[in-house]
Amino acid sequence: MSNELDPHHWVKAHADYLYAYTRARISDEELARDLVQDTFLSALEKVDAFEGRSSERTWLTAILRNKIIDQYRKKSSGINDAELKRAEDEQAEFFDADDGHWNQEPAPKHFGIDEYDPLHSKEFDHILMQCLKKLPALWMSVFTMKHLDEEPTDTICAELKLTASNYWVIIHRTKLNLRACLQKNWI
Amino acid sequence: MGLLSKITRNCNHATFLIEKKLIKPLSLRERIFLRIHLIGCDACRLYREQTIKISQMIKNLFNESVSASVTLDDEVKKEMQDRIEEKLNQN
Repeated sequence: MSNELDPHHWVKAHADYLYAYTRARISDEELARDLVQDTFLSALEKVDAFEGRSSERTWLTAILRNKIIDQYRKKSSGINDAELKRAEDEQAEFFDADDGHWNQEPAPKHFGIDEYDPLHSKEFDHILMQCLKKLPALWMSVFTMKHLDEEPTDTICAELKLTASNYWVIIHRTKLNLRACLQKNWI
Repeated sequence: MGLLSKITRNCNHATFLIEKKLIKPLSLRERIFLRIHLIGCDACRLYREQTIKISQMIKNLFNESVSASVTLDDEVKKEMQDRIEEKLNQN
């Protein structure tokens, strides 16, 4: 199978797909649009490097993916320290500082999720989305790469410049915060 | 604090191991810690059930948003293609 590039049809053939791909990973509509546009323009500069080993769409998606990860890196460096601090403080309240036992209030309790079949109902997606929005950018980046792209741990660590132990801490904290948020807000 | 109560009390570490185990196999030492801890800890057993469900919810949510009808306006698309053509003509 030979694969060829046809920039005159890129938007018609791939823009919606690339946009949906981006929006699943970045909620900001305007930023998502810009990233798609950027992808097409930088792809034009790389057409000579296209060897036809993958399809046009796969090739464009790979370029887009790098741009998304750049965004993740940018968003999670520096500026959001306050956000990170807040989430970490919140988590410090979950466990006893001495022995690590659950504190009374945040300890897991039975709530609606226990009777809920996540595979057959979308009722609670909006609560989940609200809870996801509160996560620090870095945690969300790790989480998205893990759950949406199913990237292996090594890849995520390398691309976001994390140590393995940082990675596990983030995975743990993200889930603790999400679960606590769901328990608090489930109707 | 004795060794056993270090294991049975430490829900912070137990939940850490629960999350890690969802992604990769634990070491022998970690498996032993988690098994002993979970025998006596209702809260962490509940945590384990809930966190697995949350992972499923997340997966569904992400997959849906990929397949959902998130599309660009025709106008935006036209502008995108115009910029591509513009750049093609420059070269």
